[in-house]
Amino acid sequence: MIGFIAWRLLQAIPLLIGVSLIAFGLMHLAPGGPLAVYTLNPSIQAQDIERVKIIFGLDQPIYVQYLKWASGIFSGNWGYTFFGGRPVLGVILERLPATMLLMGSALSVAIVLGLSIGVLGAVKRYSVFDVLATSGALFALSFPTFWFGLMAIFVFAIQLRWLPSGGMWELGEEGNIISLLQHLVLPTLVLALVITATWSRYSRSAFLEVMQQDYMRTARAKGLPPAARLMRHAFPNAAKPLIALLGVELPFLFSGALVTETIFGWPGMGRLFVDALNMKEYPILMGMMMFTAIFVIIGNLLADLAIAVIDPRVRLR
Amino acid sequence: MNVTAVASESQAGRIWTRFRQHRLALAGGLVVALLLASALFAPLLAPQDPTLLDTALRFRPPFADWALPLGTDELGRDTLSRLLYGGRVSLTVGLVAMVTTVVTGAVIGIAAGFLGGLVDNLLMRFVDTMLCFPQVFLLLVVAAFVPPTLLSISLVIGLTSWMEVSRIVRAEILHLKEQDFVAAARALGASRARIMFRELLPNAAAPILVAATLKVASAVLMESYISYLGYGVQPPLASWGNMLTNAQGYFDTVPWLAILPGAAITLTVMGFNFLGDGLRDALDPRLRMDP
Amino acid sequence: MAETLLKVSGLEVHFPIRSAFLRRRIGTVRAVDGVDIEVARGETLALVGESGCGKTTTGKAILRLIDPTRGSIRFDGEEIARHGAARLAPFRRRMQIVFQDPFASLNPRMTVGGILAAPFEIHRIGTPADRPERIAALLRTVGLRPEAARRYPHEFSGGQRQRIGIARALALEPELIIGDEPVSALDVSIQAQVINLMKRLQAERGLAYIMISHNLAVVSHVADRVAVMYLGRVVETAPRETLFFGARHPYTQALLSAVPEPVPGLRRTRQVLQGDVPSPARPPTGCHFHLRCPIAQARCAQEAPAQRIIAPGHAVACHLVAP
Repeated sequence: MIGFIAWRLLQAIPLLIGVSLIAFGLMHLAPGGPLAVYTLNPSIQAQDIERVKIIFGLDQPIYVQYLKWASGIFSGNWGYTFFGGRPVLGVILERLPATMLLMGSALSVAIVLGLSIGVLGAVKRYSVFDVLATSGALFALSFPTFWFGLMAIFVFAIQLRWLPSGGMWELGEEGNIISLLQHLVLPTLVLALVITATWSRYSRSAFLEVMQQDYMRTARAKGLPPAARLMRHAFPNAAKPLIALLGVELPFLFSGALVTETIFGWPGMGRLFVDALNMKEYPILMGMMMFTAIFVIIGNLLADLAIAVIDPRVRLR
Repeated sequence: MNVTAVASESQAGRIWTRFRQHRLALAGGLVVALLLASALFAPLLAPQDPTLLDTALRFRPPFADWALPLGTDELGRDTLSRLLYGGRVSLTVGLVAMVTTVVTGAVIGIAAGFLGGLVDNLLMRFVDTMLCFPQVFLLLVVAAFVPPTLLSISLVIGLTSWMEVSRIVRAEILHLKEQDFVAAARALGASRARIMFRELLPNAAAPILVAATLKVASAVLMESYISYLGYGVQPPLASWGNMLTNAQGYFDTVPWLAILPGAAITLTVMGFNFLGDGLRDALDPRLRMDP
Repeated sequence: MAETLLKVSGLEVHFPIRSAFLRRRIGTVRAVDGVDIEVARGETLALVGESGCGKTTTGKAILRLIDPTRGSIRFDGEEIARHGAARLAPFRRRMQIVFQDPFASLNPRMTVGGILAAPFEIHRIGTPADRPERIAALLRTVGLRPEAARRYPHEFSGGQRQRIGIARALALEPELIIGDEPVSALDVSIQAQVINLMKRLQAERGLAYIMISHNLAVVSHVADRVAVMYLGRVVETAPRETLFFGARHPYTQALLSAVPEPVPGLRRTRQVLQGDVPSPARPPTGCHFHLRCPIAQARCAQEAPAQRIIAPGHAVACHLVAP
């Protein structure tokens, strides 16, 4: 097992290097380079631009800049923002809790709902419920997240006035849990829709696959009741592809969170990304790319380890 | 001895039979056909020029006026005309992005699968690396720094979404390249390029076609995301995504301006998704996912 | 013996066994471990042995579909074992292959016409305009109608497909065709037809064949000479009659006794070998056969026997067989 963990960690290193090269390269290959925001602004003098270049080290050869930035990533110094000169990592971490809250609540809702729908569909295959659920999932996957969000705001916030239309708290009520929960409902619903659909599809096929195995027939033959068969035999075996899905889905979750946060004015990382994009804040954008990618790599690593714990065969590969 | 071809139902016939049983896929195909036709014939179908302004006729509701069947927007432009022309833009971007995705994904998948070894390793690590980034992040970063034209938007979408296709194609090639017909081609002295593109590629056509159909759906969705966030198709050119952005400002008073383009996007994405799903079941029963 | 067309000596093909972890090389499969064979123009050499003995790998290595690890392959006097793709090109025209599985060896997405046009396209033979005529001629040669060109492989029966495979091999007018179990996937009634077709083509065109087979009955019909392989090595080579009626190597004798009357009149004393074929990843020392050999002696475990000629055209790799 220790060998397996070491091997997986080792594999993550080239991935990290690749990720940092792409995040860095994208910013520096962009037309105008990182300073486009200044050079294109006629009210900024040439000597000011030179000064900024020196402050941010942009006058050095590109590989020196990369090495400095990349080594900073490991030592916790992720650079400073153009506007305000705040540490990038701090700015990102400040937004982390809001995004984690949103992603966490959406993922929990989606897993509970999606798994139930999927398992029920697999158990009662080809029933009315199953057909409705599978086509419903495909419908849900086709919904543009932001449009669904707008419709939700229109119905629940504007027409029915049940829930707030955006933000995280009412003004003056920061820290009030009730207010937070009210604000969380719609974004969670919107973000959870697509993930629920994916989960119901995957869990349905995972369980269908497992239920056709010989050990399920054996369990049935020896007289185990259906619930016990499902819990003790089907679940552990169907869990593997689903845990893998959890890792694979992480980037989609971030993408969805970005769109959801933009619609609902949720002050998380997605919102930060869009704001940084509008202000051409390269240090934040690079930092965000790096942060999400590291998050995804760690997520996949944990998923792999969890699978290895469940299934000893994986470790031997 | 004579040729007596084995009496077998033709392959195309069997595929069509399987496809027909998939009702939603048929409906999806129909929707896609209608959408493509309406985009193609937009100039004939549109009641008026989609850019024609008439501030006297702002915010007309739908179905109130035969000349303006779906009403007008904040500048008095005809919504139906804008939807039709916007559909042209969205579908063009979707199709060009799909072609970019499929060509890139197929070439990389074939090269990795067939050449193997170091090439395979490097290409697949590159794919892994690209997949670490959320697609919308990648897309927005690149889109924000490239002057937005229809072509650049399509290319950016295509070049940030080919990774899945390359994995699918690679897996297919790994399976195919061990077959004897490839060895036969090598024994004849066929070049690697000939084996990859003449012998192997046609055999991977089914999964590529399925992926292509599903990719149109996701590309239309991606175009609407980035246009909605302001980095995609730029006004006055209408796309469903930027129509939604416009409409957001008047959302509480004139919701249909947001409902209509959103519905158009949803319908398109759904059409291609259902079509792709049906094609997968019909072409390749192994990949079957739904009843 | 007629002019030598192909001379293979000391041919070895090793495959690495790699670990999942860092893909380190942790062992070697010696699929072919020192094979010597010769084929004369116009003759048929049968290469026989149990599955896993390396006969198919030998055939593919001769065609350079698999790279040989060591050894020499001389075709018409020229050493081709190390040739790159460009220098190999002219030899691709002179050596061809017919595969075992007629379902897998024809590209399912190409018409028969497309499959048969490939050799002409690759070697730029003739013009696109005269290809249909060339293809029609090939189809007629193997007993199919020219209309077959428009159809896809799945529309044909196994025997018909194998004819198409033979037509493809003939397209470049080769001097040597390697048949890798060319009839073993076919119905018995069809086998004879395909074998007769191949024999007719040999007579008409002066083709040399290497027939790779585990079926001694088939071998007895087609072979001029037979080479018997065991665990990557040739243990005995002899003219057909000599082999069937005067085999000297203990393995060949055991192999013949295991087959229900491969040749009418063959004497039958049933010999059952002990144990299983060892893994080619860990072949025994000395003579590969010594662990199972009924007459093995101490030296067999240490020294690998070379093939020695004991009679004209009859070579045996055994320490204990006297000329």
